[in-house]
Amino acid sequence: MTAEPISAPAEQRIYARWLSAGARVSLTLLATAFVLYFGGLVAPAVPLAELPLYWGLPAAQYAAATGAQTGWGWVTSLPQSDAMNLAGIACIALVTPVCFVRLLLEYLARGERVFALIAALELAVLAAAASGVLAG
Amino acid sequence: MAQVYDSASARVRALAVLAGLAAAGLCPLEAGAAQQAAASVAWWTLPLALGAVSFLLGIVAVLAGVGGGVLFVPIVSALFPFHLDFVRGTGLLIALAGALASGPGLLTTGMASLRLALPFALVGSVFSVIGALLSFSIPAQVLQTMLGITILAVAMLIWRAGTSAAPAGASDRIAAALGLSGVYLDPAAGAVDWRVRRTLAGLAAFAAIGLVGGLFGLGAGWANVPALNLLLGVPLKGAIATSGIVMSVVNTSAAWIYIERGAVLPMITVPAIIGVMLGATIGARLLHRMPAALLRWMIIAILLLSGLRTLAQGSGLWG
Repeated sequence: MTAEPISAPAEQRIYARWLSAGARVSLTLLATAFVLYFGGLVAPAVPLAELPLYWGLPAAQYAAATGAQTGWGWVTSLPQSDAMNLAGIACIALVTPVCFVRLLLEYLARGERVFALIAALELAVLAAAASGVLAG
Repeated sequence: MAQVYDSASARVRALAVLAGLAAAGLCPLEAGAAQQAAASVAWWTLPLALGAVSFLLGIVAVLAGVGGGVLFVPIVSALFPFHLDFVRGTGLLIALAGALASGPGLLTTGMASLRLALPFALVGSVFSVIGALLSFSIPAQVLQTMLGITILAVAMLIWRAGTSAAPAGASDRIAAALGLSGVYLDPAAGAVDWRVRRTLAGLAAFAAIGLVGGLFGLGAGWANVPALNLLLGVPLKGAIATSGIVMSVVNTSAAWIYIERGAVLPMITVPAIIGVMLGATIGARLLHRMPAALLRWMIIAILLLSGLRTLAQGSGLWG
C-alpha cells in the first residue's frame, strides 16, 4: 500500500496554526511569570512563606483569609507576581476562545452554517464561563 | 482565622511526600533529613515535590495513554495537603495545557478531526460547566467520596476497554448530515477510513463525561477515547488524537469556572503544569521501549489504590 499524503481540511489547518501560536505564547508567558514569582523577583500579594497556612483551605475561605481576588479581580493586583501568574493561566484558558472566533469566521466565509452555529454556541458557552456570569 | 490549615498535619504529609521521593531516589534526602524537613517545612518544598511528582505522572500518563488529570487529582489529593478545590482546578489545567501543546500536531497531520470534535465538545462543554458549578456546592468530604468511586470506575473502564475492539458500522443519519467521516494516514496501516455511528448515544456519553470532568477536574482522556472508539466507531488512533481536541475545548470551559471561583493557586498549578509537560516529553521518548500491557496493568493498580485511598479519605476511614 502506498502512503499518499492526506491533507487535513483547510479550516482545521487554520485552527491548528492559531492553536500552536496561542499555546506557545501562553505557556512562555506562564513560565516567565512563574520564574519571577517562585524566585521572589517580584513581590506577590500573598507572601510566599505564608502560603502553607492557606493552601489547605477551600477556595472561598482562601480568598477570605488572604484577601485574594476571585473572578477577574486579579487584574487589579497586577503587577504583583501571583496576579501575573493568574494572568498567564488566563492566557492558557483564552487560547481556545480566540481560536473559536477565527474558526467561526472561517465557517461563515465558507457558508457552512451548521458548523458556524456550533462554533458560535461553543463561543457563547466559553464567554459565559469566562465572564463570571455563571460563577455568581 | 478559625480554619487556617493545621500545620502539624501539613508537616506529616510533607514528610510522606518527601520520604516517598527520597525512597524513589528522586530527592536527595537521607532518613534524618526527611524527619528534619517534617519538623520545619519551608514553603518551597511542597511545590518542588509537586513538580517532581507531576513529572513522574507526566511520564506514566503518556506511556499508559491516559490524560494527566485522571492520575493527578487522586494521587496529589491523597499525598499533598492542598485543598481538593485547588487540586481539581490544577487537574483541569494540566490536562488543558497538555491538550493545547499536542493539538496543533494532531490536527495538522489529519489524524485528529476538528469536525468530529466540535459537536461532542459543545455538549461536553455545557455539562463540564454544570459539573464545575455543582462541585462548589457539594461538601468536600462528599466530593472526595464521589471522586474515589469515580476513580475506581475509571480503573474498571480502562481494564474493560483493553479487552474490546470497535466494530465496524455504517454512519447514522445525524453523522451523515454533519459529514462526520474522513480518512487519515496511519504510518503503520496506511490510509484509514472512518465514519461515525450512534451519534445521539455519543452526545449523551460526552455530556456525562463533561459533567464528571467538571465535577472532579479529571480531564477527560480516560473516557473520551473509549467513547470515540467503542461507541462512535472511530479507529483507535483517530480517537486518541481527536480526544485531545475535545479535551482542550471542554476543559477550557470548566477551567474558567475554577478560575472565577478562585480555585486556581499558581504555586500549585504552575509547578504541576511544568512537571507534567516535561514528564510527557520524556514519556513520549520512552513510548516505543515500554511494554504496553504491563503499563496498562500498572495504571489500573495505581488508580485502584488511589481510588480506594480517596474513598477512605472521603468517608472518614483514613486521614
